[in-house]
Amino acid sequence: MKGVSRTRGIIAVVLVVALTGAIAATYRLGSIQVQTSADDELYLQSSKSLKRFSLGFSGLLADIYWTRAVQYFGAKRIAHSMHYESLYPLLDIATDLDPNLLVAYQDGAIFLSAAPPGGAGEPDRAVDLLEKGVRENPDYWRFYFTLGFVHYMDRKDFAAAHNAFVRGSEVPGALPWMRTMAATMAERAGERTTAAAIWSRLFESTQDPDIRETASQHLTALRVDAEVEALEDRVRLFREKAGQLPGTWVDLVRFGFLRGIPLDPTGKPYRLQTDGGVQVEDPQRFPFITHGSSSSSK
Amino acid sequence: MVALEILGLSKSYSVGFWRKSLKPALHPLHLTVEEGETFGFLGPNGAGKTTTLKLLMGIIFPTAGSARIMGRDFHDSEVKRLVGFLPEQPYFYDYLSAPELLDYYAQLSGVTAVERKKRIPALLDRVGLADAGGKQLRKFSKGMLQRVGIAQAIIHDPEIVILDEPMSGLDPVGRREIRELIQQLKSEGKTIFFSTHILSDAEALCDRVAVIYKGELRGVGVVEDLKSKIADTAEVVWHGVHALERVSGLIIKSNVIGDTVRGVVSSGNTDVLLERLRAERARLISLTPVHGGLEDYFISHTSEREGVNA
Amino acid sequence: MIARIGSIGFNTFREAVRDRVLYNLIVFVLLLVASAPLFGQISIGLEKLILINVGLSAISLFGVIIAILIGIGLVYKEIEKKTLYTILSRPVRRWEFIVGKYLGLVLTLVVNGILMSAGFFLALAVFGHGLGRADAALLIAIYFILLQFLIVTAITLLFSSFSTPIFSAVFAFAFFVIGTMTDDLRSFAAAAKGITKWLLTAAAYLVPNLSSLNVISRVAHERPVGGSVVLYNTMYALLYSVAAVAAATFIFERRDLK
Repeated sequence: MKGVSRTRGIIAVVLVVALTGAIAATYRLGSIQVQTSADDELYLQSSKSLKRFSLGFSGLLADIYWTRAVQYFGAKRIAHSMHYESLYPLLDIATDLDPNLLVAYQDGAIFLSAAPPGGAGEPDRAVDLLEKGVRENPDYWRFYFTLGFVHYMDRKDFAAAHNAFVRGSEVPGALPWMRTMAATMAERAGERTTAAAIWSRLFESTQDPDIRETASQHLTALRVDAEVEALEDRVRLFREKAGQLPGTWVDLVRFGFLRGIPLDPTGKPYRLQTDGGVQVEDPQRFPFITHGSSSSSK
Repeated sequence: MVALEILGLSKSYSVGFWRKSLKPALHPLHLTVEEGETFGFLGPNGAGKTTTLKLLMGIIFPTAGSARIMGRDFHDSEVKRLVGFLPEQPYFYDYLSAPELLDYYAQLSGVTAVERKKRIPALLDRVGLADAGGKQLRKFSKGMLQRVGIAQAIIHDPEIVILDEPMSGLDPVGRREIRELIQQLKSEGKTIFFSTHILSDAEALCDRVAVIYKGELRGVGVVEDLKSKIADTAEVVWHGVHALERVSGLIIKSNVIGDTVRGVVSSGNTDVLLERLRAERARLISLTPVHGGLEDYFISHTSEREGVNA
Repeated sequence: MIARIGSIGFNTFREAVRDRVLYNLIVFVLLLVASAPLFGQISIGLEKLILINVGLSAISLFGVIIAILIGIGLVYKEIEKKTLYTILSRPVRRWEFIVGKYLGLVLTLVVNGILMSAGFFLALAVFGHGLGRADAALLIAIYFILLQFLIVTAITLLFSSFSTPIFSAVFAFAFFVIGTMTDDLRSFAAAAKGITKWLLTAAAYLVPNLSSLNVISRVAHERPVGGSVVLYNTMYALLYSVAAVAAATFIFERRDLK
């Protein structure tokens, strides 16, 4: 019997070594795959035939396609790609397979409409997707918000945005701020406060961490823009009053134009430039600002 | 040298829903077979004969104990070159022909191509399958399959041949042929170990036998010794009922019709009986010796008795 | 040792060839490939694309079916019919037996795959309007399909060594299906948290990675397949198969037969 045990021992060693090697090889394959899939060319079948072949598991298949869309988008973004051709087809198939997959419409539209390299840069496709979502899920008023967002932010079509918010506010169960948003869109579309309102609603409407991050960064940027503008106004006032530019913030405080050293949202003091401009200490922390960094216009 | 040594081989199966209780199929078995012997392993169906052979061949694994074949551990694959095995009711790859099967098996047993070419036709002839040709085994009768079985057991010229019920499924002609084959193998000096429940075969072929019953060894011995253990008797028929009184002490039983007495006497007492009958002037009609057979030994050892008789 | 494994392997191959199941499937596949041009009628200009997709997918799928159908009985039949008794009474180690059976079935599938591929190339030449240099890439896809056979056969053998044919077939087929989705499994695992994450990751690595071996759509679109992909896929298929066969022999070495 000893012979049997010894043989089994050798076999066990072979098994463990081979399995470990296999896992290592497949891990390596996985990383190669990630690089090459950024290269595109996914063979996408028509969703009708997919639905037929899915043997009733179309919901699961929809989830798979949605997950693929997310992976695809993530991989492209990391690679700073400018081309996201397969994103809309993937989202279209996922929502054909499961028309009630709300997250695919919501987050998918955001991914689609943002300008590259942050998104696919296809706001019109995003609108198509959302309109499909609305057709299939007429009770889900939040789609109208996203629709409005896309029209406002990426298509710059304030009238269409207003329309979307109006439609949405009429869906039973819609929260009152939809009406407010519609009104805001009609009267004060170009203002910073409107943008801030929209970004914070967007933040509330999604669970996707990347979208939330973007929204909060935009909100911070808007705040910085407002603060920089206000600070530069004070500087101008000071100049008019004092006849010269302030040297430091302390000058402004001494003369009552400010109550203390102004800090940016990260807690760092704003920098007062010699030409009277105001900048943030670290522009890298504030993507999306239009005021307050040397690359933005003054 | 000792061809086969069984050293306390035993096998128990876990039975029951939770696999908790043990059912012994074979109690620890101790047995030795000398080289060149023809050894019979006797027992009724279900006694444990096939279990023993499966353990020896490594088809199942023992709960305890071991064995040695030709001096080597029974699980040593190399020793199988010296062993030929015919299982009970064998089944072979039915899509092969007899020559193909023998060729395949001979390859696995390490017979060279040259040797195979020589031996296979000769062997097929020897077992009476020369006419089988290229016919696939699925078309063979039971008897033909048994012959193929014997053939594959000896194609590699093993030293020890182990057969499980070699006569099963054969008609009288077939059985005689197999018997003759075994005699031939015996005369070639091979050790033969076969199990059977047919006593006449064992009586005719074996040097020694062992009796196994309900997984336990009940008796081992030389056939002649075992046969003579059961007292031989003789049946004596004579005219002269008057002599019966004189010999009544010697008679085991008697039957009287008119003046004729039919009496059974143990063979040791036949001479004394004849003397006394002559002295009484009785007329002897016939004297027929009745030899005890293995059957009695077998039956007496396969009853519900404890212990082992040597 | 090698001689014995070779004998057993060749005998397994012979048995598969004499088993007429094989022929029916080959005919079926040929029919399928021959009917591919009909698909071309539906979308003009995509004949070649569809032909390649249908053809290679058919070769892959039917090969897997044959692998499973024959594989489930590979060891089980020998035990049930007791043909193993006279094999084990010879100087054949149990592991040699398993390896021999495996190689025999692999040989069968490779030969079968090559035959089907020949038919496929023929159909391609005729209906796809000739063969070009780019079609050499198809050979890589076929090579990967053969690697896939190695894996599926090994898995089926593993199940066959301890389970009845029906269960073996179910498990093997399940592993195959899940195996084609390992890239999605990994995505799910990446998005999950906690226990689910670990379970999914374990599943993604234990189940055979057949999605990497499927380059059918890539070659259909005439995209190249990198050399490192070929290398790692080959290594993976060999190592995984060795592991599965080793597991099968581990079980079989100590198993009481009927």
